[in-house]
Amino acid sequence: MGRLSGQATQVAVEPHEISAFTTRLEPLLAWAQKYSLFMYPFVTACCGMEFMGVSGPRYDFSRFGSEAPRFSPRQSDLLWVVGTISQRQAPILRRIYEQMAGPKWVLAFGTCASSGGFYDNYATVPGIDKIVPCDVYVPGCPPRPEAVLDGLMLLQDKIQSGERRPAIVKPRFDPATNPNLGLVTLRRPSRA
Amino acid sequence: MAKALLDLVARRFPGKVLESHAAFGDETVVVAAEDWYAVHAWLRDDPASDMQMLVDLTAVDFPSRLPRFEVVTHLVSLRLGHRLRVKARVGDAEGQSVSIASLTPLWASANWAERECFDTLGVSFAGHPDLRRILLYPEFEGHPLRKDYPAELAQPLVPYRDVPNIEKVEPFGPYEGMSFGRMTHHLPRVTDPKAIQGRD
Repeated sequence: MGRLSGQATQVAVEPHEISAFTTRLEPLLAWAQKYSLFMYPFVTACCGMEFMGVSGPRYDFSRFGSEAPRFSPRQSDLLWVVGTISQRQAPILRRIYEQMAGPKWVLAFGTCASSGGFYDNYATVPGIDKIVPCDVYVPGCPPRPEAVLDGLMLLQDKIQSGERRPAIVKPRFDPATNPNLGLVTLRRPSRA
Repeated sequence: MAKALLDLVARRFPGKVLESHAAFGDETVVVAAEDWYAVHAWLRDDPASDMQMLVDLTAVDFPSRLPRFEVVTHLVSLRLGHRLRVKARVGDAEGQSVSIASLTPLWASANWAERECFDTLGVSFAGHPDLRRILLYPEFEGHPLRKDYPAELAQPLVPYRDVPNIEKVEPFGPYEGMSFGRMTHHLPRVTDPKAIQGRD
């Protein structure tokens, strides 16, 4: 980078060697936060199998900087709620959430965590947003790993933009309305 | 094979078998609630019956019947390879005085089964060593599998958050089981199928 010329020491910087840029602090912090999510997996039910699948080498969400699970809520900032939350489990979930250090985010993995699913009864919390604020909902019973990865990227977008309103992972296109895709043929023909 | 065991029970307890039937090989006897323990003790210990295993113990609520509840056990003999279902009817129309003898002295598996039955249906088992709730929490009031328990009534331990737009969403909505993607993202939504097919 520098070179000697003559007897005095001079540092000459070529234009292509400039490696600094300016930014604001908050986007820089958000950029750092979104690629170092320390997750707390709160796994209660069968969606945990799909969680293992998406954390395994084939889908591998450690690519997104969400690699290290922390089994202490004090060391984590992303709460994965994976599975059905019963009324008896709700105080535990609430307490885990309150123990996490801010800034913290919550991802509802699967239909049961998002809405209670088909458990519409005395025993099940109808969605974790009744207990803790939720950032991203990933529907599915269980969700496809691709949907989970999309939920994670959606959360990263929200961290970068500072948006805290809840967001739902939605399909880019609906195979039921696009029969030419040939993905699903036994589905209901269309939804208005 | 059917009926043989029923005849055995009827011979041993004359006049105490209120009802019996055998449908598709499933043999059932209905006994009076006061004979509950004696019948089970005999079924376990008699060599011709030899029921070593209590598979299940539960109850059924029939609101229109009197007595209202029907306590059911499923017994199996591992040595002889036969099964028997035993029922007894207890309880009045208001769901009070639902009590029957506990079978925990006979089979250890009756312990948790009777606790579950007490928890969800409110049948109290006389002589049970530790009759308290097993699935639900101690703060829960009532017994949720009784037919007069309101279907919509939840008893949350944590008060629900008081914020808008968190009502229960449709569980199997149009987004269920669909392929992945983000409509909320800035990526344009793919609407033309040919654009995707051309990618390969």
